[in-house]
Amino acid sequence: MIDSMMSKYNYWMYIILMMIGFYAMIGKKNLIKKLIGMNIFQTAIILYYISIGVKKGGTVPVLMEGLPRAADYVNPLPHVLMLTAIVVSVSTTGVALAVILLIYRRYKTLEEDEILKSIR
Amino acid sequence: MIVPYENVIIKTICRLLLPFLQIYAIYVLMHGHYSPGGGFQGGVMMGASFILLVIAYGLDDAQRRISVKALTIYACLGLFIYSGIGALALLMGGNYLDYGTLPLPLSSIPKIRAMGILGIEIGVFLGVMAIMIFIFLAIASYETGGKDD
Amino acid sequence: MNPPHIQATILIIIIPLMSSYAIPLLGWRWKRSAYFIALTAIGASLVCSLILLSTVLTQGTIHYHLGGWLPPWGIEYVIDPLNGFMGVVVCTISFLVTLSSKKSVEKELPEKKVRFYTIYLLLFTGLMGIVVTGDVFNLYVFLEIASLSAYALIAIGEDGAPLASFNYIIMGTIGACFYLLGVGYLYIVTGSLNMADLAKLLPPLYDSKVVLIALAFFLIGTAIKMGLFPLHVWLPDAYTYAPSAVSSFIAPLMTKVMAYILIRILFTVFKPSYVIEVVPVASILSWIAAVAIIAGSILALAQRDLKRMLAYSSVSQIGYIVLGIGLANKMGLIGAYLHILNHAFMKGCLFSVAGALMYRTGRRNIFQLHTIHRKMPFTMGALVIGALSMIGIPPTAGFFSKWYLILGSIEAQNWVFVAVILASSLLNALYFFRVIENVYFEVSQGGLKEEPAGDPVREVPLSMLAPIILLAAGILLLGLYNERIISGILVLALPRGF
Repeated sequence: MIDSMMSKYNYWMYIILMMIGFYAMIGKKNLIKKLIGMNIFQTAIILYYISIGVKKGGTVPVLMEGLPRAADYVNPLPHVLMLTAIVVSVSTTGVALAVILLIYRRYKTLEEDEILKSIR
Repeated sequence: MIVPYENVIIKTICRLLLPFLQIYAIYVLMHGHYSPGGGFQGGVMMGASFILLVIAYGLDDAQRRISVKALTIYACLGLFIYSGIGALALLMGGNYLDYGTLPLPLSSIPKIRAMGILGIEIGVFLGVMAIMIFIFLAIASYETGGKDD
Repeated sequence: MNPPHIQATILIIIIPLMSSYAIPLLGWRWKRSAYFIALTAIGASLVCSLILLSTVLTQGTIHYHLGGWLPPWGIEYVIDPLNGFMGVVVCTISFLVTLSSKKSVEKELPEKKVRFYTIYLLLFTGLMGIVVTGDVFNLYVFLEIASLSAYALIAIGEDGAPLASFNYIIMGTIGACFYLLGVGYLYIVTGSLNMADLAKLLPPLYDSKVVLIALAFFLIGTAIKMGLFPLHVWLPDAYTYAPSAVSSFIAPLMTKVMAYILIRILFTVFKPSYVIEVVPVASILSWIAAVAIIAGSILALAQRDLKRMLAYSSVSQIGYIVLGIGLANKMGLIGAYLHILNHAFMKGCLFSVAGALMYRTGRRNIFQLHTIHRKMPFTMGALVIGALSMIGIPPTAGFFSKWYLILGSIEAQNWVFVAVILASSLLNALYFFRVIENVYFEVSQGGLKEEPAGDPVREVPLSMLAPIILLAAGILLLGLYNERIISGILVLALPRGF
């Protein structure tokens, strides 16, 4: 059992990172901390995707002379999919920062309970 | 309000470093086929070079060099290059984004496809550069009334 | 060379996309052109969607290879009758709501018109992209385009809108990331991202845990995005505080498109036999949906604000659609499809009426709308038709979708669901008749009776009134002609195996 746990260490890493991000998104009260938690959550998913493409004995997926076969390279499709996911993550962070600016301009604070008190 | 750094070292290093940063960004764009890189990465680096200018020289100086109107035009132009190449492929008889049908005077179909992707990456480069600078300027000019986009 | 009616598959996305970044360029110079460009783009998409639906019904499923690459190496856009039907629904409601948005945008958001219509068209592009695509990762990209535009549009409302939008950002991102994790698990096991290809490669793997986890992630991600009962917390605030044009656009459409994603995942990617027999997901979904129906109706009873009440009623109506999906027999699925169509029209009409009230009176509290029917007769008539349809009174459209859902529950021998549907119709009657009573009769309960400052309360201008009347007329027509719609389109849209 320790064998199987140690051989799948990339899954454990990404689960721990994802749970840290998830806790920050839900458990913290400051809005910027929630945003950072969202970033950690999305980064954990990106790392997971890249780690599933790795092969034993494979090298970086950049075409080199002397290595014509496709089986020598790491699977490049998850890398390309994760480029799109990184762009989505950057855009979501941009929109969330703009919304946080609107909140700050209106309520002069960034703690969620103080904002809820001043709405009621 | 971002005030200019009054330190000679930072201003000089920024002034020396900026052209190399921009050339490297264009290098990353052009070598997207053969090494890690491409349109998005080059665009972010180009945007980062302008942000370095803002941090070292202050917000007024940067806004004199590149205005919001020019940024909007760059962003829309970049996206139009992307969709335009796709629509050109549509008009030339293939499906959307089918680069093999573009009317370029090159020898073989894979070379035409490579040039098609390069055109797309240039469009993405311009768009991403403009959007990065725009987001930074909008958040940085917060007290003077930045809008969200 | 593909003929033009096949190229309509990509034109339906490209025309709004390119118009959405033509608007900032032209809007620098001519500010009033933003609205007309948006309206033209959505109109062109409406024409394309009608062409696509008629082509699919006569010639069979359309396969469009993007970039000329064959699947499974390339991205493929597939139009079958379900897609075509959803496309027509989304385009029609968008067109009518955009018609009515001109005056309310001018009143509520005066100097932000150009940027508003840019993001509005991007939201429309995202929704249409979700409907047309046949590739699970491409669906994620369009899902995020639509969601990001919705976050930005909701945040420019009044008090409390930015916080509501921030809550929606956090929960919506969790939902989309869970969907992405589901796609990742399926990719590890099969190596393909194309929906039809996954349907071929998955059946030998049905007893592995990875596929089960992938299904679980898909379900939770879609449930967060749809607003299914325990995960609906973002929905009331987001719909209430958004500007009126935005809530009339998002409320009828976004949750239905997410329900369409659920139908695709459950019945096209995974075979129906897996979802019903191997892992009893369908029955779990139907029980959660039954709780959602009752809870949404009870929570809607307690509201004083018209838009908030309509938002909680949306939570309950999503429960109907998921109940239809969860019953997983022919009548239930037809009931779910019909309810997608009807609910889009009903909520479009009701939220447009709420927007019209906001435009003329600036009030949203139910108990302050005394005898407004004398001053806005047509609008309130549309409100009555919408309310009767939500309750489920023939010949309006709502009756027929509930009828098919009840037939589906009887066919599944489940009498609890029949009782749930009937009880929630009674609860709907309670809260809608309260609104109608306050509008039509003089119920003196201490509300304001004087006119608000500004122009006196008259009927709304024609550009807002025409879509409201068209939507109400649509509800009646859908009710009268539902047999033709079911036998002509919906029976063909059932997934294979029913």
